[in-house]
Amino acid sequence: MADIIKMATRDAYGKALAELGEKNDKVVVLDADLAAATKTGMFKKVFPDRFIDSGIQESNMMGVAAGLATTGYTVFASTFAMFAAGRAFEQVRNSIGYPHLNVKIGATHAGISVGEDGASHQCCEDIALMRSIPGMVIINPADGVEARAAVLAAAEYEGPVYMRFGRLAVPCIFDESYKFEWGKAVVLSEGADVTICATGLMVNEALEAKKILAEEGINAEIINVHTIKPLDAETICASAAKTGCVVTAEEHNIIGGLGSAVAEAVCESGTCVPVVRVGVNDVFGKSGPAVELLHIYGLDAANIADKAKRAISLKK
Amino acid sequence: MDAAIRKQLKITACKARMGIIEGVFNAKSGHPGGALSCVDIITYLYFNHMNVNPADPKDENRDRFVLSKGHAAPALYAVLALKGYFPEEWIKTLRKSDSNLQGHPSIKYTPGIDMCTGSLGQGISAACGMALGAKLSGKSYRTYTVLGDGEIQEGQVWEAAMYASAKGLDNLVAVVDNNNLQIDGTCAEVNSPYPIPEKFKAFGWNVIEIDAHSFDEIDAAFAAAKEFKGKPTAIIAKSIKGKGVSYMENEVGWHGKAPNAEEYEQAMTELKAALAELEA
Repeated sequence: MADIIKMATRDAYGKALAELGEKNDKVVVLDADLAAATKTGMFKKVFPDRFIDSGIQESNMMGVAAGLATTGYTVFASTFAMFAAGRAFEQVRNSIGYPHLNVKIGATHAGISVGEDGASHQCCEDIALMRSIPGMVIINPADGVEARAAVLAAAEYEGPVYMRFGRLAVPCIFDESYKFEWGKAVVLSEGADVTICATGLMVNEALEAKKILAEEGINAEIINVHTIKPLDAETICASAAKTGCVVTAEEHNIIGGLGSAVAEAVCESGTCVPVVRVGVNDVFGKSGPAVELLHIYGLDAANIADKAKRAISLKK
Repeated sequence: MDAAIRKQLKITACKARMGIIEGVFNAKSGHPGGALSCVDIITYLYFNHMNVNPADPKDENRDRFVLSKGHAAPALYAVLALKGYFPEEWIKTLRKSDSNLQGHPSIKYTPGIDMCTGSLGQGISAACGMALGAKLSGKSYRTYTVLGDGEIQEGQVWEAAMYASAKGLDNLVAVVDNNNLQIDGTCAEVNSPYPIPEKFKAFGWNVIEIDAHSFDEIDAAFAAAKEFKGKPTAIIAKSIKGKGVSYMENEVGWHGKAPNAEEYEQAMTELKAALAELEA
């Protein structure tokens, strides 16, 4: 078996920023004393004059990002998801979202896979919060390749974008030939019996779940939903209509994230097939090694496969 | 300050006060008290200080203005209308569902507005971002923001205050409209922000204290701020809430209430008399 290349999406973020700085002198990167962890330090190293550290003040950083964006800069504001979407929610809503400014929020350390730091830092609410802001684009890349492509695409887009990155090194699913299509859900593997919509590190788990299900004669269709808002309802609902049931998989609370977005889209399309959600089951996390926690909270291929069977059993 | 310029600024500010009353009366809601307390400073900035052009409100070299105490929007709208950013008739549409004048300033609706504000404490951060933009791009425009004295109870204001001095944003001026009244009472009683000058000094700002209704003091302060290098400047402006309308002055009840028809008539009568006296 070939070695699996692993990379954290935050590493890809830092590398992409440095790459972006090279070709776009309007890119400015802000951070709140976490440059080493968010990986914006990679940008700082090459473009120190366009890197501004606010220290530990996320609310002000978001406001500064907004003001800076009004002067023609493409601003990347980075901190942990907990503080970007949580602590600074209202600044993101009122100073960035409402005026629809060109600020890209690079939120790292999202989800339970933060690991040992525990519940205070494991943000599983950010997608729900950001989804509720009109005009906010939300991208949750599955691997390092997709993360890089998403960052480059976000810089080309005029308007606010929330980008969700992880701390944990995850397998690279895509290779360098991968083309990121803005706002498009991607059918990674076709199937007839159940649609599995996954986002972030759960995409790899969904692909693994497909193998488990195949052993039982179940053919799952895997869709990578890298852009959660705007949601590619067309692709998802077409697949749902074809397979007759849906499972969603995300490293986020089952409330308000991908599962909710997909259920809303499927219901409103009139397809009305069962939708079963895999996610953090409306509980706070705890300390522990990331991979162990992912299993404890059911964020793995085995649970996706179980839920796929449940979804199939619910078919009318 | 030249006497003719002072007289003209007083006339313009008086007209802006009439615009505030007109707007809030027609809207049947809004915040007249805190608009009247800072309108002299906003009038001065737009008519005698900032480099702005109503014909090109998005000019990238313009000076920026952020009304961090966004509820004083009627004051800003009245001044922008007088300056020619939009027709004066718009004032009567304030807060209505088909209006370009939102309850709080919005760059999405109104020409001349540089930032969406209204949620207190956020405007000063955006102003820092604008000042930082000038530093990064080597542009010489300056950024001005007006805060309420109650507003500085917000923690974000002090994040921004620390940031502005740490980053050497000497192209930024923050005015604190110190009328000493907030919704629940006097600032001193509710949660005292005093002493305000010492706080900004401790955060590394150049601090100037003035009477918010004296154009000579306003002029001297902004001129001094422009010359001062290395630090941002805070102008602590002692003001009278409701200034210019007798029954509103220093009355906390006029923070967020519109005058009725009778009160409207009285306010306009007073302001018309003041204007006639100024123009005589």
